[in-house]
Amino acid sequence: MSGFDGTLLDESDATVRVRFVVNGRKVACEVAPRETLVDCLRNALELTGTHAGCEMGACGACLVQLDGRAVHSCLMFAVQADGATIDTIEGLTESGVIADLQAEFHRRNALQCGFCTPGMLVNAHELLSQVAQPSREEIRDALSGNYCRCTGYEAIVDAIDAVAKARSEGGGAT
Amino acid sequence: MSAPLTSLDRPNSYIGRSVPRPNAKRLLAGRGRYVSDLKLPRMLHAGFLRSPHAHAKIVSIDTEQARALDGVHLVATGTDLARICTPWTGTLDHFKGMTSAPQLPLPVDRVVWAGQAVVAVVAESRAIAEDALELIEIAYEDLPVVVDIDSAREAGGPVINPGSANNTCFRSQLDNGTVDAAFAHATHVVEEEFTFGRHTAVTLEPRAIVADYDPAAGMLTVHHATQTPYQFQDLYSRHYGIPEARVRVIATDIGGSFGMKLHVYHEDMAVVGLSILLGRPVKYVADRIESFVSDIHARDHRVRARMALDAKGEILAMDVLDLTAVGAFSTYPRTSVVEGNQVIRLMGAPYRFKNYRASLEVIFQNKVQTSQYRAVGHPIACAVTERLVDMAASKLGLDPFAIRAQNVIADDAYPQTSATGYRFEALSHQACLKRLHEIMDYDGLRAEQADLRQRGVYRGIGIATFVEITNPSPAFYGVGGARISSQDGAILSLTPSGEVRCMISVTEQGQGTEAIISQIVADQLGLAPEHVKVITGDTEVTPHGGATWACRGAGIGGETALQATRGLKRNILEIAALILQEQPSALDIVDGEVVDAGTRKPRLPIAEIARIAYFRSDTLPPGTQAQLTVSHHFAPQGYPFAFTNGIQGCSLEVDVETGFIRVLKHFIVEDCGRVINPMLVDEQLRGGIVQGLGAALFEECRYSETGQLMNGSLADYLVPMPMEMPDIVIAHVETPTADTELGAKGVGEAGTAAASACVLNAVNDALAPFGATINSIPITPAKVLKALKRF
Ligand code: FES
Ligand code: FES
Repeated sequence: MSGFDGTLLDESDATVRVRFVVNGRKVACEVAPRETLVDCLRNALELTGTHAGCEMGACGACLVQLDGRAVHSCLMFAVQADGATIDTIEGLTESGVIADLQAEFHRRNALQCGFCTPGMLVNAHELLSQVAQPSREEIRDALSGNYCRCTGYEAIVDAIDAVAKARSEGGGAT
Repeated sequence: MSAPLTSLDRPNSYIGRSVPRPNAKRLLAGRGRYVSDLKLPRMLHAGFLRSPHAHAKIVSIDTEQARALDGVHLVATGTDLARICTPWTGTLDHFKGMTSAPQLPLPVDRVVWAGQAVVAVVAESRAIAEDALELIEIAYEDLPVVVDIDSAREAGGPVINPGSANNTCFRSQLDNGTVDAAFAHATHVVEEEFTFGRHTAVTLEPRAIVADYDPAAGMLTVHHATQTPYQFQDLYSRHYGIPEARVRVIATDIGGSFGMKLHVYHEDMAVVGLSILLGRPVKYVADRIESFVSDIHARDHRVRARMALDAKGEILAMDVLDLTAVGAFSTYPRTSVVEGNQVIRLMGAPYRFKNYRASLEVIFQNKVQTSQYRAVGHPIACAVTERLVDMAASKLGLDPFAIRAQNVIADDAYPQTSATGYRFEALSHQACLKRLHEIMDYDGLRAEQADLRQRGVYRGIGIATFVEITNPSPAFYGVGGARISSQDGAILSLTPSGEVRCMISVTEQGQGTEAIISQIVADQLGLAPEHVKVITGDTEVTPHGGATWACRGAGIGGETALQATRGLKRNILEIAALILQEQPSALDIVDGEVVDAGTRKPRLPIAEIARIAYFRSDTLPPGTQAQLTVSHHFAPQGYPFAFTNGIQGCSLEVDVETGFIRVLKHFIVEDCGRVINPMLVDEQLRGGIVQGLGAALFEECRYSETGQLMNGSLADYLVPMPMEMPDIVIAHVETPTADTELGAKGVGEAGTAAASACVLNAVNDALAPFGATINSIPITPAKVLKALKRF
């Protein structure tokens, strides 16, 4: 086939190849320079557990772990994450590292619509990996960038508090 | 109500138990299926160009360059969509004299608010659609903008809808008893003017829709993040001329709604039309900025109210004027006047007085529409009433608890009709007041407050009684001509392996609908809830019903499930009786086994009955036709609404230097009738209270003089975040409704209904030593400092 008109292509069609380790697997994708990491994760990689609520760093719905730290995937272009190790809610679930948090959220019904929940869990996981026994005040402070319209937050704070205590007692929260 | 329903020691008694929601596990694992996640083969993406003007004539639209952009499949204007979609009008017949202009998916000649969608682009990606929007040129001619209530009411001022004499959407009056005489003879009169700012739902997932029209089948499928799939099935069918049976609306997981996602939005109607024009799936997800300018807003009331009392503090009368501005149109199909209507009808609801007068005036203006959002009208009626009661108490030197105890309708005096005409079956204000006094440790709080005042720390304590409307009958919408059901339907089957599948018309938004329905079915049939599969939210599968709004899921949907289950159980026992050669009445079902009713001795698993009925019907007596699927509908009868009640309390601290308010603790005593799942009820209350606290302290859609929304982003519009929110103490009183077997009423609005009233009273209590008062919500630091004359 000939006849492909090269002038039909312009700069906005140009993509960049990026590589990440996502949830323990190497992946490569072609992204437009303007594409945010959250869009890349949700669209190209179909990891729809990461949500977008504001796309400006205000709601925490898009939090993922990037090189071990919680990062707003809406505030980063996918190209900026080239070479990074990324863990999303899907990967954190599979590896079991947040199983106790998930169980405690479930037991206490610390979620309603669940749209904020992946971001809450990523942030809770981050907090508990930094501070072993946070006070309720510290938990609320750590979550101060995670918006939830449904729950009123108390059950979320309770759940994280209970997991922190159970972890430091050496057992799992039940 | 018979006792066994509440006895938790009976086997399989799940009504009344705190069990976690089975469907929450998916959401915790990031496996939710929200409409914003959906991707269909050949799916395209829509974007909308919005009006920068609050009121302007559309002179011309040039879309040529946009159409030429690679990846663009369609550019559609108002005229294009008007060819295939019939207009709609947001009025209801029972609101006599109300008017509203006809609406189309996109405007043809005029824009009436800043942010209104004007042109749609459909492209291969959202990014390309947005690129194309930038290439569209629209010439506008400014028209006079009507922003605030006063200028909208000015005689001879600019009129928003051509052809109308003024900007009035609706007026209503109530006049019961002898109000003038009561005020003339009153010893005390308290009076105040209150303002309530606009706020909005800010669901974390914005509105999302995927419309998928298949021209070959003549079939429209819409994946719609909504509470009310049946309502939209009807509307898409009628406005696009597609037979109802060929319209399927699927409402899967949804990232919050709170009433906001049950209204018709212009973009959503447009997306359906775009899919019809293209014969391909089209997706649209609002971004946060679009949400702020196009989701319905709520409140925006200015209320002048006075209350008359005798020398002893007995309330004699109330006289109320409510002005509310609702945007340029009345919302379809539920209108924008329900809130005002509920404001004037819920005033004074907890109290005994009989003389009441109210006027409601609903006004058009050039802003986005307001309509029903969680607790419609309740926070306003409650704040006005409860603040006046507190003002009266301080005038009379009475404690806030004492004046309420003196005036609430006594718990043993029901049934009662309120001064505004609502009929109450049974409420429990006295019990709730007493319980709140205990759980707050009211005397302790007062002592602490006095102590701290000595040291220049200003704490406030506020309480607010409330009445909530739940379980609405056809009196709500049906009588007004809206095709919005007040009944629900369920189809219940015993599966071949002995499990139960329940397809029900109520929907799930995370409040736990599926969990409570499975509890009710399991409880009533006699098996473990994990053997009940509940299916909701698909018009092709679940029977037609009202779905979940205005607090009807548990009360009406729950009763539907209960009655359907009893029907299925009868049928199962009939077959069991034939097999076991017993009378059906001698048998019961426990843990999925048919047992002897008296001894509970197991006789036969229901799985065995299913096996025989489905696969070995030849072994049943001739003429037997096993009916292991039951369909059942339930429409509420008796009282037009099941009212609930409760009381909230709040303890907070005002920093008189900065005007900052810190809520220290919040309390609620709530009576929603039969509690099906206490944990889920408590979580509804907590979530509702926090929404109410947001409205009380932070949330307001602020407009410029030219009608531009000034704070339409999550960085500028303040929502309640974990740091600012208190822990909430909850207690219950249970007064079941006798209108249903289940006895459940709604609980979704209770938290929001009284939270702002409570905070308003508490802040005024804190400011009392300064003689400063606040009468405006949200109570921002600037308003506090102004009241203190420090700003
Ligand atoms: S979407 Fe990233 S913080 Fe809201
Ligand atoms: S559970 Fe709905 S936003 Fe948090």
